[in-house]
Amino acid sequence: MDASARGHLLSKLADLIERDMVYLASLETLDNGKPYKYSYNIDYARAVGTCRYYAGWPDKIVGKTIPIEGDFFCFTRVEPIGVVGAITPWNFPGMFACHKIVPALAAGCTVVLKPAEQTPLTTLYIAALCKEAGIPAGVVNVVPGYGLTAGSALTEHMDVNKISFTGSTGVGKQIQCASGKTNLKRVSLELGGKSPTIVFADADLDEAVLVSHKNLFANMGQCCTAASRTYVQDGIYDEFVRRSVDLAKKRSIGDPFCGDVENGPQINRAQFDKVLELIESGKKQGAKMECGGGRHGNKGYFIQSTVFSNVTDDMRIAKEEIFGPVQQIIKFNSIDEVIKRANNTTYGLAGAVFTKDINKALTLAQSVQSGTFWVNCYNAGSPASPFGGFKMSGIGREG
Amino acid sequence: MDASNRGVLLNRLADLVERDRVYLASLETLDNGKPYTASYALDLALTAKVYRLITPLQLEFMQRLNCKTAKEQSLALQGDFLCFTRHEPVGVCGQIIPWNFPLLMQSWKLGPALAAGNTIVMKPAEQTPLTALHVAQLTAEAGFPPGVINVVPGDGPTAGAALAAHMDVDKVAFTGSTEVGSIIQKASGESNLKRVTLELGGKSPNVVFADADMAQAVEMSHLGLFFNQGQCCCAGTRIFVEGKAYDEFVERSVQRAKLSKLGDPFNMETDQGPQIDEVQFDKIMELIESGRTEGATMLTGGSRHGDRGFFIQPTVFADVNDDMRIAKEEIFGPVMQIMRFDGMDELYERANKTQYGLAASVFTKDLDKALMVAQGIRAGTVWVNCYDKFDAAAPFGGYKMSGFGRELGEYGLHLYTEVKTVTIKVPQKNS
Repeated sequence: MDASARGHLLSKLADLIERDMVYLASLETLDNGKPYKYSYNIDYARAVGTCRYYAGWPDKIVGKTIPIEGDFFCFTRVEPIGVVGAITPWNFPGMFACHKIVPALAAGCTVVLKPAEQTPLTTLYIAALCKEAGIPAGVVNVVPGYGLTAGSALTEHMDVNKISFTGSTGVGKQIQCASGKTNLKRVSLELGGKSPTIVFADADLDEAVLVSHKNLFANMGQCCTAASRTYVQDGIYDEFVRRSVDLAKKRSIGDPFCGDVENGPQINRAQFDKVLELIESGKKQGAKMECGGGRHGNKGYFIQSTVFSNVTDDMRIAKEEIFGPVQQIIKFNSIDEVIKRANNTTYGLAGAVFTKDINKALTLAQSVQSGTFWVNCYNAGSPASPFGGFKMSGIGREG
Repeated sequence: MDASNRGVLLNRLADLVERDRVYLASLETLDNGKPYTASYALDLALTAKVYRLITPLQLEFMQRLNCKTAKEQSLALQGDFLCFTRHEPVGVCGQIIPWNFPLLMQSWKLGPALAAGNTIVMKPAEQTPLTALHVAQLTAEAGFPPGVINVVPGDGPTAGAALAAHMDVDKVAFTGSTEVGSIIQKASGESNLKRVTLELGGKSPNVVFADADMAQAVEMSHLGLFFNQGQCCCAGTRIFVEGKAYDEFVERSVQRAKLSKLGDPFNMETDQGPQIDEVQFDKIMELIESGRTEGATMLTGGSRHGDRGFFIQPTVFADVNDDMRIAKEEIFGPVMQIMRFDGMDELYERANKTQYGLAASVFTKDLDKALMVAQGIRAGTVWVNCYDKFDAAAPFGGYKMSGFGRELGEYGLHLYTEVKTVTIKVPQKNS
């Protein structure tokens, strides 16, 4: 198939996802629990954007001609890797299905995708849309199943040329090992994070509080880039905490199909228990719980929006990825100190700074060891800007 | 240190390598056994080129890459943002190099890693540490700050494993056997998910069509296999010859193999020195035995040469079929396999039926055949009417279990950079 024809198919897929956005967003909310307005405005808006972006690439993947010494003509061809095993997580199911399928197809690969067992529905529907778009049989394959069975089958398969995985660091490590044990398949990983936000005293305080709040609690805290360590400079610390607690208390929790609701339930019992356990550890280790801290209501895995202040770096809530609606606000004094503390982690997915000072902004941007760094904003991205982790937050970059 | 200063140091290192060329070539021959003529004219020539040409060039690419802003690279975000990428160094790079081209492999590793701003801990092969240590001294003389380049001689299971498992090493780059490559990939998963790039073994197919320039095909195929005592990851070790030309090719290859002069590598007349050590010698002899017992036709060679040193006679097997061990396993010695084929479909299937994918070649005058083979064989490098043509600017690396990542050229830099995306909110964007 011509490269341009691949582009047309991906464009058609984008059209179909857009056509069925209401259905997909509803199905996603049903399966995952995230508020419908976010399924629609974030998950599927991004999914369509990614499809359209990569639809333009196939016939722009070019090699080089290289002027080597001697009487030779030398050039490179950029060929597809082959069969890509893709394993997607439950926090943004349909969006990640698109993020994995579309670039692989743009490059001419075929895909065998295993969606998270907690949330297979939208991926299966997207597979049906692939067929409707005219993508030939056998190019996109969706195999629902569990990690230990279906996932391992892919990671250990001798004829799969690459694995693209988004999920936990623990499983990412197993996948890297599986590659070494079998056929040295190429591995790209998007894993966890404990991303630091640094708020200087000269920041726009309202903006910093609001953006930090939104980007911790979004998706019930179930984001790999969640702003889960908020370092606030001494002079504004108390005020920052006060305003953050205000926002947390006002945050509505309930039926994700209800228009105004900000937080739905956590994904399942296992995650619910894990988040509550980490909240307990925060209390035990001496952090000050300003609000929230327990289950919301008595039906479903809803957790109250929780804010901890007086958090220190050695507490579990400051080190481990919580993946729930729990905000850690940590005090710092100087720029050198905060850079060291921000980098004192094996993670390296994202980071952010709030300041009006150009020197502080650029020094932080350069010094924080993370694949993405935001200045006076958070989670601003697009398929055009590469995304991925330093250190144990992953290997490789996605759009 | 400014990136431009790194370029100055690398140029100085190239000068010093050239100054000490005779010494380094001699030391290499002493340590490895390869003919001095090859050490001097090939290994040292390309080594100096990597430090002098490609690394400054890569440095320049780095500087250009780091200039990509929203306008130039059009990282067009929706909304009022300025977005750019930084190509940062990966950090501390563990580099483990093999014994077959010690100096050259060292330059392929040091050059790009340094150009991209990394620091290095290098473990040379325990069989051949000498030239790597001399070059390390030269880097100090060139003015590289202490701590940037560290050479730690040792064995694989101790020194190499220590690097692969270290929690503070950000990346490991390895050239060597597929077996050890797998161990390193596992070690990454078991430790800190350090980035891994691997250049491993091969069983590269060399395709000769009946319309080829026969003299050229025979000569290039001979060199493509026997060069460096057969100790090349990309050696053309499965020679597929089109039926019509098969008998002539076999006869001429045998004649050519018989002309090889074995002996003291410091003798300027010598074509082939000893194998690297007893372990390799034994392994090659064992594979030659398997060729005999599995029914291939051995037309020349097959035994030890002389009674001193690990010299093996250039050996040619014909009537080789694809399931013999000599057709499947990497021999890494002076043993040539010639097999017959008829028809393109058969060729693709047989050439690609391997977990390796390092290199391939085709000899033909026909444009269509040349391009179809170049496209159809799954290999990181394809040579047309030539073999073993390397250049500091041409990327090199494997498909499938021959490895991942490409060295040399601009591609070599990607292995040593970590991309950071920086997004800054602006009050209002105007484009």
